[in-house]
Amino acid sequence: MPGVEGFIYPNELELQWSVLIVLYPFITGLVAGAFILASLERVFNVEAVKPTYRLALLTALAFLLVAPLPLQLHLGHPERSLEMYLTPHTQSAMAMFGFVYLWYLMVVLVLEIWLDYRKDIVLKWRASTGVTKLVYGAMALWSDNISESALKLDDRIGRALTVIGIPSAFLLHGYVGFIFGSIKANPWWSTPLMPIVFLFSAIVSGIACILLLYFVTCWYRKVPVDMPCVDTIAKYLYYAFLVDFSLEMLDLIHRLYESDESFRALDFMVKTRLFTSQIVLQILLGTVVPLAILGVVQLVRFRHEVRRVLYVLAGSLTLMGIFAMRWNVVIGGQLFSKSFLGYTSYKMAFATKEGLLPAIVLMILPFVILWVLIRLLPPWGHEAGSARSHARG
Amino acid sequence: MNQDRRSFLGQTGKLLILTASAAVAWEHILAGRPEDAPNYTATDHWWGMAIDIEKCIGCGTCVRACKAENDVPHEDYMFRTWVERYVVDPADLDHPQVDSRNGGYDGFHEREVLDTRLKMFFVPKLCNHCAHSPCVQVCPVGATFESPDGVVLVDKTYCLGCRYCVQACPYGCRFIDPRTETVDKCSLCYHRITKGLTTACCETCPTGARTLADLKDPKDPIHAFLRDHKVQVLKPQMATGSKMYYNGLDGSVR
Repeated sequence: MPGVEGFIYPNELELQWSVLIVLYPFITGLVAGAFILASLERVFNVEAVKPTYRLALLTALAFLLVAPLPLQLHLGHPERSLEMYLTPHTQSAMAMFGFVYLWYLMVVLVLEIWLDYRKDIVLKWRASTGVTKLVYGAMALWSDNISESALKLDDRIGRALTVIGIPSAFLLHGYVGFIFGSIKANPWWSTPLMPIVFLFSAIVSGIACILLLYFVTCWYRKVPVDMPCVDTIAKYLYYAFLVDFSLEMLDLIHRLYESDESFRALDFMVKTRLFTSQIVLQILLGTVVPLAILGVVQLVRFRHEVRRVLYVLAGSLTLMGIFAMRWNVVIGGQLFSKSFLGYTSYKMAFATKEGLLPAIVLMILPFVILWVLIRLLPPWGHEAGSARSHARG
Repeated sequence: MNQDRRSFLGQTGKLLILTASAAVAWEHILAGRPEDAPNYTATDHWWGMAIDIEKCIGCGTCVRACKAENDVPHEDYMFRTWVERYVVDPADLDHPQVDSRNGGYDGFHEREVLDTRLKMFFVPKLCNHCAHSPCVQVCPVGATFESPDGVVLVDKTYCLGCRYCVQACPYGCRFIDPRTETVDKCSLCYHRITKGLTTACCETCPTGARTLADLKDPKDPIHAFLRDHKVQVLKPQMATGSKMYYNGLDGSVR
């Protein structure tokens, strides 16, 4: 059979999960990571990252809104997906997605953003006319109480929400890792490290994404980059990446040392079909190089311009590396036969339901949503964070 | 032919009665739902299968019968049951040579094994109807379920087509039917066994290599089969509670 090497079970020829399922953990990872970066400022009072606080929240929301779309497109019967809410099979890891997703979207993200922006929304409602007034009025839920005590209450609830939000973000992405890690039939996926590896790679990708978005927004708005802010973000990116890399290497070393029945098949796969995406893109270019860049920046004080270039380079390589990691998990986990005697290959289509084109559209869509969100709720300007600074007095 | 009125009427009567019975039986077989088998009590049965590797000749009749009986797509990568041929060096169980061209649908071309050390045998495969099915565990809506008589079934009107169960099956027994965009797999010919018939693959096997077994029936030959043979299930380390019992299963079989 074309694309097949060795022996695979006859039903294994077709890959079940396509590039869209690669996007799913990638996108939810960006959500979780962006939220955790935002909570650094809110809960742990890391003042330096304040310029990115609201941008990170809006980015998390934009990506979260898109997160279920690749899953919907992938389903054979998307019209039945509501059954996951109505008649969930409680033993299924996948059945819980809807609930974890809704909890995170509605309770954590939307509420936190609303509370943080409430004063801005009310002020815009008062200042605008016509349709704009109607939009902002609806967003304020027609409540214009921005008295000092009301804002203080907003701040208190918002803070509590962020405290709940951090474990929720961990839950969201740790859970995505569990979907893969709990499949005992697949040795490439089946490891208890999977949720924690997913979580740290999510934090890494989210921080890298916000770092890059911050550079882009500064360039677009023609404002100078706040260097202490990007230095701090880069520092956190470095630390999170170190943990992530250590975990992934732990997994690799453990597999190498144990060399169980699946090892030969997986080893062969990594050295052939996954060599470019795993060794070159994920480990070398996507991890070792950005880690080296970020490490050197911690040691040597380069000029601002040099640091900016290095951060953009490290951030871009990191995102590519994390995407490659998702690819290697999802696609890599389906390239070998469960008989461990052969391999199949993945042929990505272009303009089909699960092809490259919808994948590209789905990756552009969050940025379009973010652009709309930024127009509606500008994350910068003298108003930014004023509700809380006002409340804190 | 000499035929009086009496024998003509008699024969015609028999023909009419038999045709009517056949029509009723056929209707029941086509219906394929337990409620159409009023005399069948699911909790009285616990289905499995005995597979005797030493009897399998790799003719592929079971594969053809299954495809015909269950309207399985004719693509060469969609099977409810298939047959694998193993050629094994007994000193190197880790590297068996396996092939299953078109799932064994067309039988196997003769293969000359000159090296006398090598052994060759056929392994029929199908859904293991596990008592602790990993596929049932992961289905987000419960469209895949274990029936009270131990058969893993799919409700095609409920399946989302998320393919998580395909990933979770350690034996490669599931595929997506492109016509319905839902998952498909061996149903152990549920529409037949609930009518007192055996499965299509067991029915047509010329050597009796596969035998449907009701583990709750004390008179079922399965008990003697399990007692008298060294019996193994596929991938026992997966602890799925497989109910496909193989006699003569070689250690090289995956």
